[in-house]
Amino acid sequence: MTLLETSVRLLPAVGMFTWAWTMIAVPLAVAAFLLLAGKVADRWGHFVAVGAVVYSFSIAACLFAEMVGMAPDHRAVDAPLYTWFKVGVWEFPVGFQIDQLSILFALLITGVGSLIHVYSIGYMAHDERRRRFFAYLNLFVAAMLTLVLADNYLLLFVGWEGVGLASYLLIGFWQHKPSAAAAGNKAFIMNRVGDLGMIFAIGSFLAQVGTVRFDAVNSMIGAVDSGWATAIGLFLLLAACGKSAQFPLQGWLLDAMEGPTPVSALIHAATMVTAGVYLIVRSHAVYEHTPFASMAVVIIGTVTLLLGAWIGSSKDDIKKVLAGSTMSQIGYMILAAGIGGPALALAIFHLLTHGFFKANMFLGAGSVMHAMDDDVNMRHYGALRKELPITHATFLMGYMAIIGVPGWAGYFSKDLIIDAAVEFRWFIGALAIAGAGITAFYMTRLMFMTWWGKARWRPGVHPHESPKVMTWPLVILAFFSVVGGMLMFWWIQTWLQPLLGYHETMPFEPFTSLPGWATLAVVVLGVVLGWYTFGRPEVTIPIEAPKANAFVTMGRNDAYADAIMDVAVVQPYAALGRGIVGADAHLVDAGFMGMGTLLQGVSESLRKLQTGYVRTYALTMTAGVLLVGLVMILSRMG
Amino acid sequence: MIPVPLVTAAEVTFWIAGPLAVLGALGLILFRRAVYSALSMVLTMICLAVLYGSLQATFLFAVQVIVYTGAIMMLFLFVMMMVGANSTESVVETIKGQRVLSILVAVGLFALLMFGIGGAIQGAAVGLNKANAGGNVQGLAALLFGKYVFVFELTSALLIVAAVGAMTLAHIGRVGRKPTQRELAEKRLSDYATKGDHPGSLPNSGVYAHTNAITAPALLPDGTISEASVSQTLVERGAIVDAPALAAQTATAFKAIEAVRDEEDE
Amino acid sequence: MNVENYIYLATLLFALGTAGVLLRRNALVVFMSVELMLNAANLAFVAFAELHGQLDGQMASFFVMVVAAAEVVVGLAIIVTIYRTRRSTSVDEANLLKF
Repeated sequence: MTLLETSVRLLPAVGMFTWAWTMIAVPLAVAAFLLLAGKVADRWGHFVAVGAVVYSFSIAACLFAEMVGMAPDHRAVDAPLYTWFKVGVWEFPVGFQIDQLSILFALLITGVGSLIHVYSIGYMAHDERRRRFFAYLNLFVAAMLTLVLADNYLLLFVGWEGVGLASYLLIGFWQHKPSAAAAGNKAFIMNRVGDLGMIFAIGSFLAQVGTVRFDAVNSMIGAVDSGWATAIGLFLLLAACGKSAQFPLQGWLLDAMEGPTPVSALIHAATMVTAGVYLIVRSHAVYEHTPFASMAVVIIGTVTLLLGAWIGSSKDDIKKVLAGSTMSQIGYMILAAGIGGPALALAIFHLLTHGFFKANMFLGAGSVMHAMDDDVNMRHYGALRKELPITHATFLMGYMAIIGVPGWAGYFSKDLIIDAAVEFRWFIGALAIAGAGITAFYMTRLMFMTWWGKARWRPGVHPHESPKVMTWPLVILAFFSVVGGMLMFWWIQTWLQPLLGYHETMPFEPFTSLPGWATLAVVVLGVVLGWYTFGRPEVTIPIEAPKANAFVTMGRNDAYADAIMDVAVVQPYAALGRGIVGADAHLVDAGFMGMGTLLQGVSESLRKLQTGYVRTYALTMTAGVLLVGLVMILSRMG
Repeated sequence: MIPVPLVTAAEVTFWIAGPLAVLGALGLILFRRAVYSALSMVLTMICLAVLYGSLQATFLFAVQVIVYTGAIMMLFLFVMMMVGANSTESVVETIKGQRVLSILVAVGLFALLMFGIGGAIQGAAVGLNKANAGGNVQGLAALLFGKYVFVFELTSALLIVAAVGAMTLAHIGRVGRKPTQRELAEKRLSDYATKGDHPGSLPNSGVYAHTNAITAPALLPDGTISEASVSQTLVERGAIVDAPALAAQTATAFKAIEAVRDEEDE
Repeated sequence: MNVENYIYLATLLFALGTAGVLLRRNALVVFMSVELMLNAANLAFVAFAELHGQLDGQMASFFVMVVAAAEVVVGLAIIVTIYRTRRSTSVDEANLLKF
């Protein structure tokens, strides 16, 4: 894994590329318009929002097509807009870097985003604040595109915060529910912890490299002291952990499911939570100089992929199962990003396929909730296959993709990552394979509890298929869940090669290598185990969650992450806050108040001097004259 | 033989006028009646005028008498008549410690000035013989319209401002419209109707053989005095003469007349 | 003639004027005491003119008299105005300066 070249030559933008900024500007302007327009836009505002995202998608598609036609070395393009500000020797430009990596992200964001916008027309049809919802969604798209198209870390950070804001607004969209409001706060605050890492990283870049531009940082990071490189790597990892819900900052993602389901699909499955992966891949040059930080990334990824799978196996809430699954899959991506080299491309590959099939499954879950009167408990589902045939079919495609049925999208991306992991360290690979098995188990459980088996519907619930505006996006996403892997696996590594700078690509050899067979075997084992536990005809799934062993209970409680956080962070912090308040009240305030009381007392006694009698004043004045005269004469004599 | 000390006229003047001025000043601060204080002040000022004369300041001598004694002190006396000439001040000091402290401070100030200014004088006096060679008034005029002409002009502005200021302060503006004679008559009658006030003019003071001063009240038919016939101010001052006193005077007069007639009869 | 005597006299009169200001309650008397202090200063001016053989001292004394005249006019108008509203010329009763 020696470097082909450390710096990527950026060409100035020409033609179409100079218009890349409108991809961001149009959704942003529409978001502002929708928020300001008022009730007038209630009836047609969402169409404008969909139009804005479709516009961005068409621009991205055009740019992609143009890029495909260019020579591999000429694909990375820089489109500077203006200088944001200058501080001393540091200059902060606003500019966009359109290269092989960012264009893939732009396509994913705008493509999946367009489908989810269309889906939301149906999903949010009866919500009286639909216009505001679409405004937030457009704001998110604009911020996310800023994040991935920025050509420097500071502008990336603007987008990074923007998506955090949009995420907060959308998680707490049903703010009348206290749980939703709390979940929004939780996501926002835990993300701030990650942002701290981002700020430290930006500061370190400025201090050590003197610039925040990606190309300059990538070419100059080799000259930076290895201790600093490690520190920067860890800072970036912290930022990625916050945004991508990686251990130990994973807690907010499960609660984020309080938001409307299209939000969960777009932000908390397909795009925003993968920003951490993007950040690490974008900063690959840093990690190439610091094996320690790379190892930390690998470990975090591995821990999270197992933790997410564990939580996914024990939850009854369909969205939370999917959220655990998201954590787990992002764990795979982080793992690949930490391994580096051609695995970087695999991280992006898995990110794209995951974007398709997870968005598909989340939207499917939304369709189910739509049918079941917003009930999310899978114990109240069962036998929905006949009632929601289209949703079932699309969901099945997503299921087969995520567990890695040969030919489906997840099969290509995940197996490649497992191969890379085995090649990297055999025990990491073994854990990744185990994760694939658990994934198969909990997804099978989900399928049996939701779609197959016996109906356990609550009385009064009459499931029905969703309208076409919701099912068509499902169908399209299902299509990509099937073919996404086949479409991409043969070119994505060479596509990203000039940008990420690795020598050889990973060959795809599933039926010849031991890890490939092992993965398949473990997946089959997981499916069988799932069927044995939840799918056999003689198994009845209780409507109330039964008492479970400690392992499952722990998973149901998000591995007690909240409790641990509470004891480890929140309580000490609150105690510190109380201490500071106490110190403020008893020391600082006492000082100030004491001084005030003292002054008041002195003034009270001095006030008696103010008799109001002119003669007293005259006497005092004369005495003063006498005193001054005495002093003058005495000083003259001295 | 006791040698006769060599004294000059100025020295004699000083030792006469100086103590008188101090006496006047003491009178100013010690008399309880403001009028006496004012008169003591006049004494001091005249003494000072004399001292100016002895210091070869003839012009100031005249100005002191005319401006201070003549104008300013008369103004004081006018105001004093307006606000009550006879009012006396209580001897009781109301502010605690004010009297003792005031005297202490005054004495201290005296000592300080004696020490400070008196110590500043060194050598004998030059005398004004040379400066007054062309006449004191001429010398002052040369200064006033030469060196100090600008100050002199400013003084005129000061005087005008002071005059306007005094008029503004003392002026009572009319708040409402001046009532017409008809309105006054109507008011008088309505007061009579509602409050029973006497609508006509007040009765004159009494006219007696012995006196017709305004302090003598008129007598009513029943022999008592009419309170309305004398100014209320005089009543408050106690200047009013009551009926028995008037009767006593008349009785004395009659007695005297009868005595004379008896003598003539005899 | 020793000029110092005149200065001492002026000093004494000044101190007496001060005492009058501090001791008396009648505004008119207080005001006259102030005049006495001015006169004492005038006497000192004239005496110093004699001492230095220059007429400038007398000139200053003259200006003091002019200013005093203006001051008396305004001061008395104020006293009259106060008397009109408060029916008193006692400086102790005009204790509106008190909080």
